[in-house]
Amino acid sequence: MTMKQTPSQTVGPYFAYGLTAEQYGYPFTAIAGGKVADELCTGDRIHVTGRVFDGNGDPIDDAMIEIWQADSEGRYLHPEDGRSSNSVFTGYGRYGTGTDPQNRFLFETVKPGSVDGVQAPHINVILFMRGQLSHLYTRIYFSDEVEANAKDPVLDTVPEARRETLVARREDMPIGVVYHFDIHMQGEKETVFFDL
Amino acid sequence: MTAAGYRMRDWEAHPPLLFPDYKSTVLRAPTKPLVPLKHTLSELTGPVYGHERVGPLDADLTKNGAKNGEPLGERIVVTGRVLDEDGRPVRNTLVEVWQANAAGRYIHKVDQHLAPLDPNFFGGGRCVTDDDGRYRFYTIKPGAYPWGNHHNAWRPNHIHFSLLGPSIATRLVTQMYFPGDPLLDLDPIYLSSPAGARERLISDFSIDVTEPGFALGYIFDIVLRGRYETPMETPK
Repeated sequence: MTMKQTPSQTVGPYFAYGLTAEQYGYPFTAIAGGKVADELCTGDRIHVTGRVFDGNGDPIDDAMIEIWQADSEGRYLHPEDGRSSNSVFTGYGRYGTGTDPQNRFLFETVKPGSVDGVQAPHINVILFMRGQLSHLYTRIYFSDEVEANAKDPVLDTVPEARRETLVARREDMPIGVVYHFDIHMQGEKETVFFDL
Repeated sequence: MTAAGYRMRDWEAHPPLLFPDYKSTVLRAPTKPLVPLKHTLSELTGPVYGHERVGPLDADLTKNGAKNGEPLGERIVVTGRVLDEDGRPVRNTLVEVWQANAAGRYIHKVDQHLAPLDPNFFGGGRCVTDDDGRYRFYTIKPGAYPWGNHHNAWRPNHIHFSLLGPSIATRLVTQMYFPGDPLLDLDPIYLSSPAGARERLISDFSIDVTEPGFALGYIFDIVLRGRYETPMETPK
């Protein structure tokens, strides 16, 4: 090891036109948005939505949520995942909380399969915001995967009382299956964040 | 056999989550310790983007927002290499940038600073690193601007950088500063990174990168997390 890591700095309040331009209506393309799966993707179509709350319980309107997930068969579109996939699914989404009137993030995707047959289905989350100097990682698990969640080795490392903060609540709505996942930066329901 | 994981984040380089001098951290920093996560395939992978997502003008901020002329301000070249901790180039990785214009004004709708927008400057761009890990942007030197953190608070000139790297573990969002800026020692965001590390956020002026009669050159190298050689080195 010869080089030292470049320090992180906050994404600040003005990331929208650089990183999520299309969502915010700026004249620049974005590499990813809220629609992670299009009609060609196989798998169970789901919506994942929620808000990010600060220590006062107020929704944060300048956070950016990135998601990274496997396809419906548990495969990542990445050279490290040796399993071949015909999927057109990139597995990557980005959404800023500044455009929805309720400051929700809104992803349309497919439910991921189990990655390695050991871990429960999950979506990896990277969180950025003004007032955050280094980004945070968390995971979204699913409330209708009770058995798989009980055997998940990552959830197993989390104090039992806090595991619930990582489980998105399923609701069957007219638009389809919606998973609700709120992120709490502080307070009784403070979300578990990982050092990875 | 499990694959080798990435080295951990170096908390002697990265800012702490709670840094009260930067007031917005107070209600936004988690209060409980981060839970260590041993890398699985989920952490060894990450979004893959290459040249197919980058348009011909995306790396030239002096042109990609032009409506009827050249943007105002001092034209600069910003270039550097993206490396891992072992000094290996991080090839074919996406580098995204965004910044204020020469007057210190962002095009972002919530920026109400009383400085003029430039009709010929947008302020966002991106490019992909080459086989040496090198990136290169043309842009305008961003201006300083006031903010509300404390009385008479001003951000030093800076360009925001976002990098993906090969996995979600290498993700980095940071800011590049300019040498000799007197505002650096007054800026809680810059100062939030520990002394001995934050100096790596300051670019170097380079007469070699400077293009005669056209633009001043700055070099900003970026080091992302490296990877253990073997699974045995992975902690835990």
